[in-house]
Amino acid sequence: MFRNNYDNDAVTFSPQGRIFQVEYAQEAVKQGSVVVGLVNKTHAVLVGLKRNAEELSSYQKKIIEIDSHMAIAIAGLASDARVLSNFMKQQSLGSKMTYGRPIPLDRIVSQIGDRAQTNTQHYGKRPYGVGLLVAGVDEAGPHLFEFQPSGLTHEMVACAIGARSQMARTYLERNLDKFHDCSRDELINHGLRALKESLSQDKELTVDNTSVGVAGLAGEGTKGRFESFKLYEGQETVPLLEALERSEQSGTAEDETMEDS
Amino acid sequence: MTSIGTGYDLSNSVFSPDGRNFQVEYAVKAVENGGTAIGIRCKDGVVLAVEKIITSKLLKPGANKRIATVDRHVGIVSAGLVPDGRHFVSRARDEASSWRGTYKGPIPTSALANRLGGYVQAYTLYSSVRPFGVTSIVGGWDSEADLPVDGQVGSGPESGAGGKVKDAQAGGPGLYMIEPSGLYWGYYGAATGKGRQAAKAELEKLDLTSGNLSLADGVKEAARIIYVAHEDSKDKEFELEMSWISSLDGPTKGRHEEVPKDIREEAEKFARRVLEGEDEDEEDKGQAEGEQMEE
Amino acid sequence: MNHFPEAWGRPRDDVYGAYNSSYLQTSGPKTHTSSPAVTGTSVIGVKFNGGVVLATDNLASYGSLARFTDVKRLRSFGDKAVVGFGGDVSDMQYIDRLLESIDIRENYSTHGNMLNAKNLHTYLAKVFYKRRSEFNPLWNHVLVAGFDGEGEPFLSSADLLGTTFSAPHLATGFGAHLAVPILRRVFPDEKPIEEISRDQAVAALKDCLKVLFYRDARSLDKYSIAVITKEGIDLKENEQLEGQSWAFAERIKGYGAQTN
Repeated sequence: MFRNNYDNDAVTFSPQGRIFQVEYAQEAVKQGSVVVGLVNKTHAVLVGLKRNAEELSSYQKKIIEIDSHMAIAIAGLASDARVLSNFMKQQSLGSKMTYGRPIPLDRIVSQIGDRAQTNTQHYGKRPYGVGLLVAGVDEAGPHLFEFQPSGLTHEMVACAIGARSQMARTYLERNLDKFHDCSRDELINHGLRALKESLSQDKELTVDNTSVGVAGLAGEGTKGRFESFKLYEGQETVPLLEALERSEQSGTAEDETMEDS
Repeated sequence: MTSIGTGYDLSNSVFSPDGRNFQVEYAVKAVENGGTAIGIRCKDGVVLAVEKIITSKLLKPGANKRIATVDRHVGIVSAGLVPDGRHFVSRARDEASSWRGTYKGPIPTSALANRLGGYVQAYTLYSSVRPFGVTSIVGGWDSEADLPVDGQVGSGPESGAGGKVKDAQAGGPGLYMIEPSGLYWGYYGAATGKGRQAAKAELEKLDLTSGNLSLADGVKEAARIIYVAHEDSKDKEFELEMSWISSLDGPTKGRHEEVPKDIREEAEKFARRVLEGEDEDEEDKGQAEGEQMEE
Repeated sequence: MNHFPEAWGRPRDDVYGAYNSSYLQTSGPKTHTSSPAVTGTSVIGVKFNGGVVLATDNLASYGSLARFTDVKRLRSFGDKAVVGFGGDVSDMQYIDRLLESIDIRENYSTHGNMLNAKNLHTYLAKVFYKRRSEFNPLWNHVLVAGFDGEGEPFLSSADLLGTTFSAPHLATGFGAHLAVPILRRVFPDEKPIEEISRDQAVAALKDCLKVLFYRDARSLDKYSIAVITKEGIDLKENEQLEGQSWAFAERIKGYGAQTN
């Protein structure tokens, strides 16, 4: 046979029980620029590398706020992400309207998971071509979820998706033990360092291409249980990038030796 | 599979000349690659257990539950494509809720299995859909007591017309397994997924048909069987997830719940001890030492 | 002879005169139930230091007939909240089933995130408002008791119009007229709820139930009482009013055997 006959649509199983269209959709995620997410015991952080189509064009948004307690980071087809994020915004607003409660993260994540699954079981539909990291906080604390085009969702301690994201994941795996008890600033720092691992040789993190988003529990003595989701872009990322630079000068060697020994 | 490539396997709902629906058979292949899931129907309850292969160190430990609750008294665990399993569970919840809408009470496990069997079968009928890539185990406990009707506010007459029948026997454990074709059977012990052969062999040794196995022992056996079934993919780490439904006077009071951490860990300890014991019998090594290590 | 369907089974016009066909309205707006049938009377509630108490009697009246005397009008929602229902009993049963289905849904995921009493009250008020806006009201006035998101005792009411009202002590129906003045005297505005003990709150509600039983002809001396604290819900559904004294009745003219 000269070609694969089982990959024309999402409603055909291959003899091995695979669905190729879904697997191809996962490839679309790898085309997107990298995004990283991680949690400690109080906060959930998203960091993303923005790309611009050409020198004079604007940068593609990587982190979308869904509600004041949560946001998503996207890798893959941005237009598919917009469909999903609009849906998530509606659901979240609905929960606030009817119950006066921020929607629990696991609830909204399984809702998009279910939607994505439907696209893999019916002819004429196609799987979503986007992967998401969903980060936020609810009554049960901070959470990070990964969403895949297949409809698979996983709750993670840390995660990275998109182009060259394996490098970031390696960093996250090696530093996994440090996240849980670290501070908000340190968590952002770990996120940026993971992101930096995934950059290609000629790239650097700049105020133009870096996005950072933070959701979490409010500190002692503040009003309300949750801290409002905060997106850092442009000039606001300066202190974060400076902190990254400082930590690299002082901390990297130390971290590496600890891991290697 | 001699007919592969003849074109009869490219579309759902199409029979091959020898009377097979290949797309359904391929869906079964998807199931056979999933982590092992089992269910045991005990005297005083039902246990469900699943082997969750840890695919990444970054996964949050203990999160990502694979056994779902339907209504209050039913649990479902699936092997195969996880998102398909979620779709299946979501349908089960809708069925249970619509049953309550009509009959003002919980759906019997048998009725739920029947409706889900019908639903899954419908996905083998049309070329516009694909079959479910899961085999699902449905376990439940139908209340042995006369439950109040949903929304009931008073007690009504004690006996006579509209009253209750004294000492009427009803309810009990239910365990069903539904395949991608929509076929389902009731089981004493059910297994699906990658390690099903080994698990089935172990289930058959338990003498479940006599109905003597208690729920407490069922939990231990379930853990052991998942550990046995995992032997073939030993190199990969896994998490054991277990849930149970007991009788009304048992630990879960007729509800489907996760097996508490201490009981699960005790069962896992038992499972490891038995497995190591077997190994050591073969290798003729001291057993006490291994036990000590474990504790 | 008139063969139109509206004449079937009706007295003949030529014998009995024209039939008033306004009774056979075939067009016009769709109408729904616009009055309650079997009803429960007052619900009363008080916040105290560390929780909330809620009480109702166990009567469901059919008009002035004391039709059902074992009706449980306090409905618990998981172990988080209690809803006390006044008004139509069948609508109460409908809402109870609604709450049951939400409770089942909420328990699908095991970790935290349960709806609290405040969330529940927000939801119920929305349901009432939606239904009244469809001219198809749920004929109830409810009190919702439990805790809010900050862990503070919560007590609030919602009625068939979707109106909401919150206070440290609340009563619906006849109780709004008879119980609230008593509660205001026992627990004046200046007195913070931190100074009200559980026993005081329970005693005050029992007093109110007694006065209501004396004065409200649609009430009963069998009652239910729920105490909601952080430890959970203590719901008693088959209580009897103790220490009744009907001496005051002697002085009421037109009561009982007294004729002049």
